[in-house]
Amino acid sequence: MAVRHTIVGIDSPRALEDALRAAYYLADEELSTAAYLALALGKPLLLEGAPGVGKTEAAKAIAGVLGRALLRLQCYEGIDATAALYEWNFPRQMLALRQEGAYGGNVDIYRDEFLIERPMLACLRRPQETILLIDEIDRSDHEFEAFLLEFLSDFQISIPERGAIRAYERPVVILTSNRTRELHEALRRRCVYHWIDYPSPEREMRIIMMRASGVGERAARAVVAAVGRLRREPLAKLPGIAEAVEWAEAATLLNEQGARWPEAFKRSLGVVLKDEDDLVHVAPKIDAILVEAQA
Amino acid sequence: MSDPMRPLAHFVDFAALLRRAGFSVAPEQTMTWLAAIELLGPTGIEDIRRAAHAAMAPPPERFADFDALFDAHFLGAQSLVPEAEPSEDEPLRAAEDSAVGPEPEFGDEIGESGAQATSAERLSARRLAPGDEGEILRRFARALPARVPRRRGYRWRAARGGRGVDARRMFRDAMRNAGEFVRLRRRRRRLRQRRIVVLIDVSGSMKERTPPHLAFAHALTHAAASVEIFTVGTRLTRITRPLRLRNREQALATASLLVADWDGGTRIGDALNAFLAVPRFAALARGAALIVLSDGLERGDPTAMADAVARLARIAWRIIWLTPLAADPAFEARTAGLVAARPYLDKLSDGGSIDSICNNVLDLASEAA
Repeated sequence: MAVRHTIVGIDSPRALEDALRAAYYLADEELSTAAYLALALGKPLLLEGAPGVGKTEAAKAIAGVLGRALLRLQCYEGIDATAALYEWNFPRQMLALRQEGAYGGNVDIYRDEFLIERPMLACLRRPQETILLIDEIDRSDHEFEAFLLEFLSDFQISIPERGAIRAYERPVVILTSNRTRELHEALRRRCVYHWIDYPSPEREMRIIMMRASGVGERAARAVVAAVGRLRREPLAKLPGIAEAVEWAEAATLLNEQGARWPEAFKRSLGVVLKDEDDLVHVAPKIDAILVEAQA
Repeated sequence: MSDPMRPLAHFVDFAALLRRAGFSVAPEQTMTWLAAIELLGPTGIEDIRRAAHAAMAPPPERFADFDALFDAHFLGAQSLVPEAEPSEDEPLRAAEDSAVGPEPEFGDEIGESGAQATSAERLSARRLAPGDEGEILRRFARALPARVPRRRGYRWRAARGGRGVDARRMFRDAMRNAGEFVRLRRRRRRLRQRRIVVLIDVSGSMKERTPPHLAFAHALTHAAASVEIFTVGTRLTRITRPLRLRNREQALATASLLVADWDGGTRIGDALNAFLAVPRFAALARGAALIVLSDGLERGDPTAMADAVARLARIAWRIIWLTPLAADPAFEARTAGLVAARPYLDKLSDGGSIDSICNNVLDLASEAA
């Protein structure tokens, strides 16, 4: 196991936590430990959690801290090699064949210039400048997952016309999953794992204060309490952190324009709950929730 | 540190403890954990715990169990151990004790007579005679190949009528023909059959239904390429292999010898959890169409059943529950277990006759779209 103790000056979970905070991401100790271990041990980092807890944000912040470009591969059902790895640039190949072939030249249409890099290939070729984010892997097919497993153990891709391409250094890879389905055991095994939960009230409050400009402490506290309460309701789409931040911002804006406090929250409810059924479900309780949250 | 192996052994023991408690921990993960501890130069027990979380990846709903085991092992909080351990182990064993040794589920491979002799629970051999549903099953077998659920494969294959243009192949051809494109090549995604996994409830309340269910399972096994059949009662038995015998009577006779829990009580939740606890079985359900033939009359804990169904729903492609009680048009899920499990099911439908079961299976593929 290749162990790097220090990556761009980060030599402990604490240092990473500080660096992430500077990048406007508040990580708890569990997350910063897992992320630091993944970086130091050269293993992929698997982040699981409900939608909206900041998995993708964490990846972006880590990329920012490392000063690397983030290559994002969004998974979907039916994702295949041309979206994930590489594709040949057929129009250019055709042009080259037509042009040079006409002069009787011998054309090599499998040169680099005809290769369109997709995220996984790009990260193999420039492991020191990039970080690969494989987002929402639970949406992809099992076969893609199996393929990914192979990729994550060897960091090698073979292109039939070119041969194998191998990373000269272990790239940084972050995977996220909403856990709509269970990932393969082997994949979990290969990664350093972290389950991101909804943040604790006081951490969520700090996030809101940091992310949203001009939101007062009282408003932030009320939003956190109300959102925490809403997350216990059986809703189709639970409000994530981004929704909490937006709610605090929206309500503050309305308040500045003269709406009174509980009213400002209530009128901006559409920022938090974006599902008709959820709104209907919450409607009878919302007044009580808001009063309780402001107390 | 006079003996470097001694502290190490304590850590490795923890991995073993986790395995006994039903967590799957690979040696690779233990090594990652040890490397992580060394790297962190632990300043406290919390570092070691966090490293364990990161390396061992316990499923979120078992965090509490995991931490309790951790506390017990490293902090000596002993009161927690007896609670955490047997409660995880018991249901598993209950489902597995039909055979000998640590891997008892593979009874059909080890030797059926051995598995048979050791089972102490109620054991009633029963003859399964094929009824007059033969014609229905024959029609089902003929119709299935065209309507079996399929998934797109990851790979492409050259195909005349394919939708996509196989540009890559065309360019390879062109290179051979002095840069000339001679003909249009097409390709399509390879289609693969989804595995069909059937769980048949053989408990007392399903007594009447079991023979036709097994006959159906036999027909299915021979009509589709990838099928797995299990019986569920007080335990879980895999009967795929005997059902592969072509002669129905012979196949059902062999299968019924293997099943040791005819007409017992139902602990579906436990049996489903046992199914999930054996990685080899759980892997069979991955991306599969899962069919449960049961009335859902659970005598055990309904939440255990709901949890198991929820997990299965995340692993499987579709999960449909066919109950004979639904033959009544006014049927609603009423038993505690079924009510709790209902939200995770893709379909809860009539399994009262062979005909309706067959139709539900034939509809799998079209309903999915």
